Amino acid sequence: MDTKLEFVDIFGGKEKKYHRRQDLSAFEFTYKAEITNIHKLTQSENLYRVQILDHEERKKFSFEPGQFIMLELPGIGEAPFSISSSPSRHGDIELCIRKAGNLTNFLSRVERGTRVGLRGPFGTGFPMEKMQGQNILLIAGGLGLAPLRAPIAYVQENRSRFNTVDIIYGTKDPSQLLFTYQYDLWRADDITLSIIVETPDAKWKGPVGLLTKVLEEMFKKRDDKFFKNTYAIVCGPPVMFKFVCTMLNQKDIPMQKMFVSLERRMHCGMGKCCRCNVGSTYTCLKGPVFDYWTVMNLKEAI
Amino acid sequence: MIFRVFKKEELKHLFDVLAAENRIIGPVEIGKDPKGDPLYTFNQVSDFNDIRLDYTTTKISAKRYFLPYREDLATFRIEGKEWDKDIDYNMESPYIFFGLHACDINALNRLDKVLLGSVYPMPYYAAKRKNMFIIGLDCIPQPYCFCRSMGADTALHGFDMFLTDMGEQYFAEILSDTAFNFLKNIRTEEPVEADHIHYMKIIAEKNRKFTARVDTTDLTKILDMEFQSDVWRQWGKKCLACGTCAQVCPTCYCYGVEENVNIDLRGAKKTKMLYSCNLIDFAEVAGGHNFRLERHVRLKYRYYHKHRGFVEAYEESLCVGCGRCGEACLAEITVPAVISSVRGEEA
Repeated sequence: MDTKLEFVDIFGGKEKKYHRRQDLSAFEFTYKAEITNIHKLTQSENLYRVQILDHEERKKFSFEPGQFIMLELPGIGEAPFSISSSPSRHGDIELCIRKAGNLTNFLSRVERGTRVGLRGPFGTGFPMEKMQGQNILLIAGGLGLAPLRAPIAYVQENRSRFNTVDIIYGTKDPSQLLFTYQYDLWRADDITLSIIVETPDAKWKGPVGLLTKVLEEMFKKRDDKFFKNTYAIVCGPPVMFKFVCTMLNQKDIPMQKMFVSLERRMHCGMGKCCRCNVGSTYTCLKGPVFDYWTVMNLKEAI
Repeated sequence: MIFRVFKKEELKHLFDVLAAENRIIGPVEIGKDPKGDPLYTFNQVSDFNDIRLDYTTTKISAKRYFLPYREDLATFRIEGKEWDKDIDYNMESPYIFFGLHACDINALNRLDKVLLGSVYPMPYYAAKRKNMFIIGLDCIPQPYCFCRSMGADTALHGFDMFLTDMGEQYFAEILSDTAFNFLKNIRTEEPVEADHIHYMKIIAEKNRKFTARVDTTDLTKILDMEFQSDVWRQWGKKCLACGTCAQVCPTCYCYGVEENVNIDLRGAKKTKMLYSCNLIDFAEVAGGHNFRLERHVRLKYRYYHKHRGFVEAYEESLCVGCGRCGEACLAEITVPAVISSVRGEEA
């Protein structure tokens, strides 16, 4: 009797043609991409334009606003970043990245033309199709504008499908404002943009205070019917979205019509490493975009 | 299901024919603890006499063979601006596991659910899991074993053959065609009714020996209700946040990934290392914010993942009740004690 166990090739000797999320080959599959441009936004944030090199792969790459990718620099590391560009641009994406850790500090020093790896897209997105025909409130605190830029671009490209669109954006001080060059373009597309800073500088002429101040003023101006037909997308630090969502809920926007994007540590993006677990929910699979009802039911989310 | 019985001395023959062609991993004694009790571990064995079939529980589980503590996920060849990624799933030839207890087999079955059965199956684990031949072995419940409470005292699948010691002979449960064919190398017999009765008697005796238990009734709800309970702080004060529990656990799979450039600057490595949610930086993000800064919050998270989150997702606990974490814990924190305190039961 033969007693030697046969070696099992998990791919059955076949070429790995597809990398769908149920395929074993998807796990470590990396798109080769190039940083085609680096736009300095503030002292600590850059906007990186990253293009998947292979033309076919670039065309096929599709994502929903709110989803994230894992960006890898061989030998330096890999980290999750929200995609900040329009889905219609496919695999020619933009990432707004703050110098905060090992990888991002290294990234702040690289030049145009650097080859990087991309995996993804991962996670959930904002349900833009469901929001059609409704008013949209986009509320961002600080770097929270980065993940909001994808739904903003989507709204701009499909402007006729949405009613009133408001962006409310707050930062610590005017030097930290992101995407300043786009504000006029947003306004030109009939998007109301309100900006507020906590600490003004000499040149600042706009409102001063917290985001909630802008919201309070808006509450006075808009009637109940407006809020009845409104979806909200809120991104920023947990304290901020907790206050904002509580306020919005007082205006009877259901918690299931408010969406937030959570930030967590991630080492895989695929529901394996457990680093992003909130309570016991994988932020990378069930999030990063959650409706507020789900967030309220997650232990230790906020 | 096919059953067979065979004389005890036949097992050595089976080992010898299998060892001639395959790598065999089995329980061996590697020393004594301070009390003079033997310390067991899973090691590669080539001599049947080195295997301790009467082993209690190994200090660390067999997971280093399917979830190595350190494993390269990929290597990079770097030339100027260009780089290429090479992926290797780090498995060359099959392993035979000779004598895994039911808890350790169930640990594999539960890991399969998240590492193979969910989206993004993990090829590194799959390559090892698909190249495993498992011979299960019955055991004697130890004072720290609470597998029965966790539904892990019986292995229903996930093995090729399961042996129960019946004194003079082994009672074999055969699940795979490979196992059936391997057994053709030794002399086996069809069990008769007397063997069945003997087997049932042995199982009944085993069940009477369990002393540790965990009440899992409504546990997911109770853990939610008691999320803010002060008992977590009490356990947090004892916990050293050393991560030993995760290291010895047969089902802890959390990890971290690190990349390093080779010294010649012409290559790089992406390495996965098993981690522990009790370690301080487990949930720390870039910029320094830590979502679980306090020790009791991390300890609580570990219980939530094992006993609530996994149950919610897969209808069974990730804990198999092997008791290794409690035995290894320097602060003497055990699962039955933590759960019973959360339930408000007196110790």
